[in-house]
Amino acid sequence: MTALPDPTSQPQRSWYKRNEIAVTPWLFLLPGMFFFAFYVIYPIFQSFWISFHEWDGLGEKVWVGTANYERLLGGDRKFETSFWNNLKWLFLYLLAIPAGLSIALLLNQKVRGIRLYKSLFFFPFVLSQVVVGLVFSWFYLPREGLLNAILAVVGAGPVNILGDPSTATYGIIAAGLWPQTAYCMILYLTGLNAVDPEQIEAARLDGAKGHRMLWHVVLPQLKPATFIAFVVTIIGALRSFDLISVMTNGGPFGSTRVLSFYMYEESLSEFGFRMGYGAAIAVVLFFIMLFFIVYFLWSMYQDERGGR
Amino acid sequence: MFPTPIEKTSRTWQLTYQGLLPIVLLIWLLPLIAVATFSIKPSADFTNGNYWGLPTSFELFTNYGKVFFESDMPRYMINSVLITVPTVIGAVALSSMTGFALGVYRFKGNLAIFFLFIAGNFVPFQILMVPVRDISVNLGLYDTKVGLVLFHIAFQTGFCTLFMRNFIKALPYELIEAARVEGIAEWRIFWFVVLPLMKPALAALSVLIFTFIWNDYFWAVVLTQGPDAQPVTAGITSFNSQYRAAYHLMSAGSIVAALPPVAMFFLMQKHFIAGLTLGAVK
Repeated sequence: MTALPDPTSQPQRSWYKRNEIAVTPWLFLLPGMFFFAFYVIYPIFQSFWISFHEWDGLGEKVWVGTANYERLLGGDRKFETSFWNNLKWLFLYLLAIPAGLSIALLLNQKVRGIRLYKSLFFFPFVLSQVVVGLVFSWFYLPREGLLNAILAVVGAGPVNILGDPSTATYGIIAAGLWPQTAYCMILYLTGLNAVDPEQIEAARLDGAKGHRMLWHVVLPQLKPATFIAFVVTIIGALRSFDLISVMTNGGPFGSTRVLSFYMYEESLSEFGFRMGYGAAIAVVLFFIMLFFIVYFLWSMYQDERGGR
Repeated sequence: MFPTPIEKTSRTWQLTYQGLLPIVLLIWLLPLIAVATFSIKPSADFTNGNYWGLPTSFELFTNYGKVFFESDMPRYMINSVLITVPTVIGAVALSSMTGFALGVYRFKGNLAIFFLFIAGNFVPFQILMVPVRDISVNLGLYDTKVGLVLFHIAFQTGFCTLFMRNFIKALPYELIEAARVEGIAEWRIFWFVVLPLMKPALAALSVLIFTFIWNDYFWAVVLTQGPDAQPVTAGITSFNSQYRAAYHLMSAGSIVAALPPVAMFFLMQKHFIAGLTLGAVK
């Protein structure tokens, strides 16, 4: 921020006129950059700083060096559970991409009312994760839930998905996949709309059809859609917090915690705020994310160089 | 077109397809249909264990009436509006300016700043949580709507800048050059030439940000506490503890909370999807 030329230093009219094209972009950038630097960029560095301290959020910060990280990586069971759950989220959440593609292929037709079908398939994405979480936790209820009512019809015994530590995380991921699949679906529908019909026809004349056509002709053209679907799904998986907070609150027995939830829990826990430790967890999460961010930015940069 | 258009296939497959669609849709929306059914049942149905039979009476108005007149829900809804609308205005205003600067001008650091905005947008919320909460407390903005709005504007500026800049960059550059030749001041070019062309982007971004912010939960619980400032996503949890195990009321409450973005989506569908799928097609 300090490197910016100071535009408020009352430029003479002629000076401004002479440098108009050089100065204007900075004037336009200034408010947005100020906000962004103040609330996003600066806090990232502050979190790093806080993670080397012990701090209850009110009193003095006490420098503890790397003690928080040593505790975190030196056998914190809660951290290990959270980390493994994050990996589960990452892998299983990616199922939204093929699932979304399948629904998009199903709906990419021109029949009566298909537009309404598309909107209705898409609209779980518009619901807030809180509502999705509530809807699914009621769906899973052992006594009142529709899932068990259906299972009873086919003769399968009642299951308590969110009450059982071995299934709870999968139950939450399934809830998360619902809106995420809808999002991927709409990306692919848009992509399919723009697929070059001549290439399809040419491939058809060459005898390609079904999954061979999909794999060799259609999917390569859907690459931009796949890229965005991949980006938003990874980000969504690592941001998972709302669903866990609403559906299980980390339980049963802490089995559904992920890093983002564990961090929140530590920082604002009922037993006193452990902001330093929380910040350390956030830093670890940040580095996991950074790996993907760098990859995304690199891909986008390759695109930019191809452009104007 | 892929897959093969249905009208070019056999009659049986056409009929199967038409029959299949509603069934798949029904399964897809099943959890939601369940909640909608809950929300019109009388409480007696739950005590009698009649969870999935037909409702013994139709209680839509009683249940939703309770939500609107006997709970804090309206207050939470108003808070949500007062948080969402200023955020939309602020984020769209700031980012149309940053997008203009980054999309029209060539200068050193242009791409670096652009990528900084994108990168910030991908960052996990948790790394911002402790400092942002601290900033808000220090500024006296903890547990206020203003505190939430300011942060949301700042954070959304990242995504909005990405969106606006790409949109502006795709506009015909000749228009701007022509205006410059006429000797029009740069800010006037922004206001009179570029901004009118940005209407579709402004609309798309507004509905998207409205939905994102309305649905935000994390920052709502980090930066606010009570019914004075909490938006509906956070308020619904206290609503639910007020009506613990009263599934008919909880269902009605969550449907009410979900309605504004759903209405927004169905009304502005074209813009919404255009915004969401930006970049999905080259």
